[in-house]
Amino acid sequence: MAVIAHDPSRPTQTHAEVTRDVLKTITDAPTRGYYVLVFGMAFLVLVLLGTVVAELKEGIGLAGYAPPIMWSVYITTFVFWVGIGHAGTLISAILFLFRSPWRTAVYRATEAMTVFAVMTAALFPILHIGREWLFYWLLPYPNQRYLWPNFKSPLMWDVFAISTYLTVSSTFLMVGLVPDLAAVRDNVSGWKKKLYTALSLGWTGADSQWRHYTRAYLYLAALATPLVLSVHSVVSWDFASSIVPGWHGTIFAPYFVAGAIYSGIGMVLTLMIPLRKVLKVEHMITDYHFDNLSKLTLLTGSILFYAYGMEYFVAWYSGSTFEQTTFWRRAFGPNWWAGWTMIICNAFVSQLLWFRKIRTNLTSLFVISIFINLGMWFERYVIVVSSLANDYLPYAWGQLNPTWADWCLLAGSFGWFGLWFTMFYKNFPIVAIQEIKEMIPMPRRKSAEGAH
Amino acid sequence: MAAHVPGVLGAFLHVDAACDAIRELKASGHADLTVYTAAPNHEIEEAIGDPISPLRWFTLLGGLLGCASGFGLTIWMSRDWPLLVGGKPIAAIPPYVVIGFELTILFGSLASVAAIFILSARKSLKGRPYAPRFSDDQIGIFVPCGPDRADQVQAMLEKHGPVEVTRDA
Repeated sequence: MAVIAHDPSRPTQTHAEVTRDVLKTITDAPTRGYYVLVFGMAFLVLVLLGTVVAELKEGIGLAGYAPPIMWSVYITTFVFWVGIGHAGTLISAILFLFRSPWRTAVYRATEAMTVFAVMTAALFPILHIGREWLFYWLLPYPNQRYLWPNFKSPLMWDVFAISTYLTVSSTFLMVGLVPDLAAVRDNVSGWKKKLYTALSLGWTGADSQWRHYTRAYLYLAALATPLVLSVHSVVSWDFASSIVPGWHGTIFAPYFVAGAIYSGIGMVLTLMIPLRKVLKVEHMITDYHFDNLSKLTLLTGSILFYAYGMEYFVAWYSGSTFEQTTFWRRAFGPNWWAGWTMIICNAFVSQLLWFRKIRTNLTSLFVISIFINLGMWFERYVIVVSSLANDYLPYAWGQLNPTWADWCLLAGSFGWFGLWFTMFYKNFPIVAIQEIKEMIPMPRRKSAEGAH
Repeated sequence: MAAHVPGVLGAFLHVDAACDAIRELKASGHADLTVYTAAPNHEIEEAIGDPISPLRWFTLLGGLLGCASGFGLTIWMSRDWPLLVGGKPIAAIPPYVVIGFELTILFGSLASVAAIFILSARKSLKGRPYAPRFSDDQIGIFVPCGPDRADQVQAMLEKHGPVEVTRDA
């Protein structure tokens, strides 16, 4: 019998072991650390809520937010979280169509991250309105003034892109969860059984269900693939459609999409490296998966490197004083530290991932992922703030002075995202049970010869 | 409570054995089988031999409807209260492509999910026995039949080495 080298993408467990190992992440009693985490996140959510209430009372000027920088930390944080939300659908849909086997072990966690990140992002444009209760004015609804939204505005495109993305990515997550929730239902008792019975929507894994389910999953992946590329392109057009120096670039859509995926995978690494240990799924999410995630980070980080270089080139080559001044000030102006944080954390730090030793060392990978998160927030800060601060008219130039409200909103957004994610991973299968099983050949009575 | 469906339920560990049993049952006229698996499996799909799901038509129609709605909505609303913005035509097509595209994806996706429910409901599974081990590591084959054919079906299932066969009359 020939010895076949072990394929690292293929799980080594049996079907029963997969069910058992993933179920343990849900059925094991939560540790004290888990409760500390939940309360920590809930505290940050209270901070967010408190800041929003204070802003409702005082107005959004409470954040360091004054002309000419009217987008400030709100839109910076909005773009940051939308970007985080891109890795999930890339991994769950695009790599599904490419038949990349390594995606299976990590896709559930990344898809959940996507949904919660988009839920976090969606808060910020609404908070930024200042009169949150009027956000429905953005929707095309019949009203007594016969007014309709201006569909020529990129901000309206954003409303449609983000709400479609939130709907489709949560649908994709929930559709994927149904067979796994049925497996949970079959292994728990009491009120939990009732809960998972309701959530699994009568799933039994009958052939008449799989037949339609597998096709729907394929089409959802096929539809989500162009969607994920379009959403951050539309976000980039919020900037690029204007004539503000530093924003008005044709490179913006691919530049933003690459940055979004880069930041999303950074967050995946930050979350999954500790989580696999806490949930004891190290044998399911292995160095092999992190190696592949790192390669994607390297690819998108290198695209960013190119985009940063190209932005400076285009500014120089344009011959426009305004473009040239904006980019000069990004590197050597009063916010030089933000500009260099972005370039070092994104363009340079990602280049360390050429080394396999770094890609497979989880400690170094975790540290790099923190730099990525930091760098990508600063990228949006630089784009939003530096361009608005130094527009065409020097007498209207200004500086952003963030206040406690800005930092509380930012910290609160991490609490809001973290609380959802923490509650998700303890109550839902964080590794896709049925998709892992699909990769494991079922036992055969006869020899493996002639197997399909 | 749905009416109980009488029949024989076999549980298999081996995929080739289950496929052989399915093929034999189908050949002997038991077309109305229900096969339970924890994950989709191509061998079992081939043994059952159902044609490809017609779900794609729902996706296509949903997508086309979304596209038409996106352009219809934007063009109609612009013309309903014509305001000149930035010197562009009242109904400007290029910016509306974004809305048309997003609604194509949205409607196509929602139609695909709705189709899972609509198409799966065509074959009612109510009253058919199910066991928790079918979401774990065993394959279940339920053959609906009256007491007169139960012996024959049980013998057919047992021939292929199941883990267990139970009569559910």
